[in-house]
Amino acid sequence: MIVSMTLELKDIPGQLVLALAPISELHGNIMSVVHQHDEKTPRGTIPVQITFEIEHKVLDKLIDRLEKSGVGVARVGEERLRSTVSVILIGHIVHSDMGDTIDRIDSTGFAEVVDMSLSMPAIDKTSSSYLVINAVGEKELSIALDILREVAQKKDLLMIEPIRQNSEAT
Amino acid sequence: MKTVRISIIGFGAVGQGVARSILAKREYLNKQGIDLLVVGISDSKGSEINAGGINLKSALERKKNKGTVAKGKESALDIIRDVEHDIVVEATPTNIENGEPGLSNMHAAFEAGRHVVTSNKGPLALKFNELKEAAEDNGLYFRYEATVGGAVPIFNLIHEALAGNTVIGIEGILNGTTNYILTRMAEERMPYELVLKEAQELGIAEADPTYDVEGIDSACKLVIIANSVFGRDATYRDVEVTGITKITPEALELANKNNYVVKLVCEARKDSLTVAPRLVPRRHPLAVGGTLNVASISTDLAGRITISGKGAGSSK
Repeated sequence: MIVSMTLELKDIPGQLVLALAPISELHGNIMSVVHQHDEKTPRGTIPVQITFEIEHKVLDKLIDRLEKSGVGVARVGEERLRSTVSVILIGHIVHSDMGDTIDRIDSTGFAEVVDMSLSMPAIDKTSSSYLVINAVGEKELSIALDILREVAQKKDLLMIEPIRQNSEAT
Repeated sequence: MKTVRISIIGFGAVGQGVARSILAKREYLNKQGIDLLVVGISDSKGSEINAGGINLKSALERKKNKGTVAKGKESALDIIRDVEHDIVVEATPTNIENGEPGLSNMHAAFEAGRHVVTSNKGPLALKFNELKEAAEDNGLYFRYEATVGGAVPIFNLIHEALAGNTVIGIEGILNGTTNYILTRMAEERMPYELVLKEAQELGIAEADPTYDVEGIDSACKLVIIANSVFGRDATYRDVEVTGITKITPEALELANKNNYVVKLVCEARKDSLTVAPRLVPRRHPLAVGGTLNVASISTDLAGRITISGKGAGSSK
């Protein structure tokens, strides 16, 4: 799992290493560290935002170790959905059970429809919708798109996907 | 001065465009040391043959006034086989069912030892490798730049300028009619049917727009690219195609609100060929409007190169 934490460090030398060491000891993979030394909390500590990948079962142990070494853990959050894609669906979106379409993505556990706008010009006309799907990672996102593609085909919806991301200029 | 003799097979918009271009560039060609003679022109009703060089001005006039260039009964194949010349300009209409009459014309040209320059997609979308081999076996040139993207030099760019690069993939908008329709729908918030009618009145869309709007024309071009660039043996039936007829102005508006435009995008990879409406970020190089065509080629050494230009029209 990917975790983001806000830690509070004492304003004395060596504290950052103290905070990061237990993460690597527990085989965590640090992805980002934001450390602004000139910013202080009302308690006089220095806040640090770190994001890392770690096994779920050692998370409690990690928090325990950090606190025992004098590092304050102010916030722990799971960074779940990191990949995102936008798609457009055109067709009888509402009457082909919009709830079910969204559920098919949400029920995967690794992807969610996080935004949706719908335009229904007239009762006998086809509707258009813009969906944003977030997923845990790129691989999961591509599985979610496969599912949506299949649903769209069954419900006779036209699905407009973005051009390949790697087609952006490198 | 070197004399080059050519025939123009098919005298519609493209064939006439070739004749007009030759007239306009005669002086330039002479300066290059080339005396270009058109020794045969044929259309569906007959042909004109003149070993000393046809008067193109009067041939164009006759076509305009009588609807045909015909002075005699000789067929296209008669000219290709029996009239002595160097290059066949094959400009008959595209037929994607069996590629005819273009396919037979091209084969006859290679058998007779004549180079072929063509804008006709049908034969290439069906029998690309067969034609390429026929040309190579006879030591002849087979030039088909005009089949894809009009005057946009896609094949020259890849085969000549970017020689040595491995092409990873190509994305493009290869049909000006659908690009025009989608652009107008987005700009004017007009439904598909109305914009199609407007495009037909302007001569941008044909009376039967099926080839364009169902993505078939794009698919044929994509096949020619795949065969030429990736050495495949694909036909247009290998392309996964979705057209633009179901697209609503509301969908375009939703895309626009989120900084996207919708384009009918052709995509060629080594193992997949697709034509489908796609969301393109508004500031992406593929987001060209109007009737423009665009091709974006990603290569291993040169990175990504994008070219854009007018894709249709007789002078291209």
